[in-house]
Amino acid sequence: MEITIHRAGMLSTVQDLGRRGHRAAGVPLSGAMDRFALRVGNLLVGNEQGAAAIETTLMGPEVEFSADAVVAVTGATFDGVPAWQPFFVRAGERLRLGNPVKGCRGYLVVAGGIQVPPALGSRSTFVRAGLGGLEGRALREGDHLPAGESPRRLAPHWRIDERILPRYAAAATVRVVRGPQADEFGGRLAKSEFRVLPQSDRMGVRLGGSRLLRIGRADEMVSAAVAPGTVQVPPDGLPIVLMADAQTIGGYPQAANVIGVDLPIIAQARPGDRLRFEEIPLTEAQQLFLARERVLAMLQQGLKEKVVAE
Amino acid sequence: MTLSALGDSAVVIALGEGIDEQVLARVRALTAALAQEPLPGVVDVVPAYATVTVFYDPLEMAAAGERPFERISRLVTERAGRIEAGAKKKYASPGRTIEIPVVYGGEFGPDLDAVARHCGMEPGEVIKRHQAGDYLVHAIGFVPGFCYLGGLAPALHVPRHATPRPSVAAGSVGIGGAQTGVYPLVTPGGWNLIGRTPLALFRPNDPEPALLRVGDRVKFRAVSREEFGQWK
Repeated sequence: MEITIHRAGMLSTVQDLGRRGHRAAGVPLSGAMDRFALRVGNLLVGNEQGAAAIETTLMGPEVEFSADAVVAVTGATFDGVPAWQPFFVRAGERLRLGNPVKGCRGYLVVAGGIQVPPALGSRSTFVRAGLGGLEGRALREGDHLPAGESPRRLAPHWRIDERILPRYAAAATVRVVRGPQADEFGGRLAKSEFRVLPQSDRMGVRLGGSRLLRIGRADEMVSAAVAPGTVQVPPDGLPIVLMADAQTIGGYPQAANVIGVDLPIIAQARPGDRLRFEEIPLTEAQQLFLARERVLAMLQQGLKEKVVAE
Repeated sequence: MTLSALGDSAVVIALGEGIDEQVLARVRALTAALAQEPLPGVVDVVPAYATVTVFYDPLEMAAAGERPFERISRLVTERAGRIEAGAKKKYASPGRTIEIPVVYGGEFGPDLDAVARHCGMEPGEVIKRHQAGDYLVHAIGFVPGFCYLGGLAPALHVPRHATPRPSVAAGSVGIGGAQTGVYPLVTPGGWNLIGRTPLALFRPNDPEPALLRVGDRVKFRAVSREEFGQWK
């Protein structure tokens, strides 16, 4: 099966759950910005949670399928397109994702997954190094993407339990655990309101609206590893939340780290959206992490009878 | 050795401070000890300067009665405690020696003259001293395969550009403050560019994609434009 890209949208790339084991070589994790949405999308069409899909950014693409397929769109929601629900598309049918009604990044997931060749163990596109995806780049008009052949049967009349879906909002509170230099900002992170700046990308979501200035004169730091979710603060005081394509090491002070289960909220924030931070203990963050994994395991179990291979 | 959480899925093990060869020896010994028999649930180990960061899956790390962060901290501490004297000695001296051919100056090193002026010497002297150095890889990062090299002669320390170039050619050799390094890919960059190598520092099709590892020793050797052109 092949997916033809008729319109590429703003930034559409192939993503899976990223490249593990190569950070020591400076290769970032990459993968879906909203990992939860990709994992749920894959489960909805009967795939493994980490199969590759198309990640869209704001304006989505228009695509055509060469064969009948079961697909799902998760993450951002689009007018006229079923959200968080598998549906059939016919051979030759076009699916258009315009501007999302809600959220920033959509996941167009197809049963059988996008089958570009893996690079360093992942199909994720890392544009900066030309790695993975389709020729290491964002999708363009006229591209043909190989996808798996996997006929699926769907049980009728069911919906995913909406209580498990994240609450993407234009004014969100994101939970963080303390960073090593949290004290140098005198607790300002949790007391300020920020706005998402348009310069945000897959490397980092840039924040404005408030500045975090260091108290006193601190020494230059020697670089150490950073992670998706690290809130680093350059000398201008405008925080950057590092995301999927972030560099592997960094030398800016770290005010906090966004907890794993709340990172999708940042991934779905649009330029101009407001964000606040709330500090929680690490123990609680890890409990939330485990609870989220239990939800996904239950969903996987529950979907076994709803989405069946033919 | 101090351990601190980097979010909910990583732990940073600090083994000292600053850019220091003895600290780097401890970093390398711990990295090797963790790589030898990977701990279950560990997904990535990243050495850099004075730290080793271990990325883990909290789900796999959540064993009966033990919280994920406590468990990974205990496992890493146990592993660090078992590093033998032999390994400590081995990692106290550099790893492999890698020679990097460089065309210095001209269009390949657009900042060479400015660096020379800043250092109060002739461009030829900068080239001579840069080649004479014995460098150690303290970290890999920024972009895939980018090496941060310690050991630059203090006479060659030059601050980074206040405004980075929007695009630096792949293979560019630069000086950033007290460090020197090579840009493996076309990226923005603020270091002073003194030359360029034809060597690929990042090879995406290789199972070990970065040419250099933390702890490797690097020597630079001046080559002609002809040699650069013929490099395979």
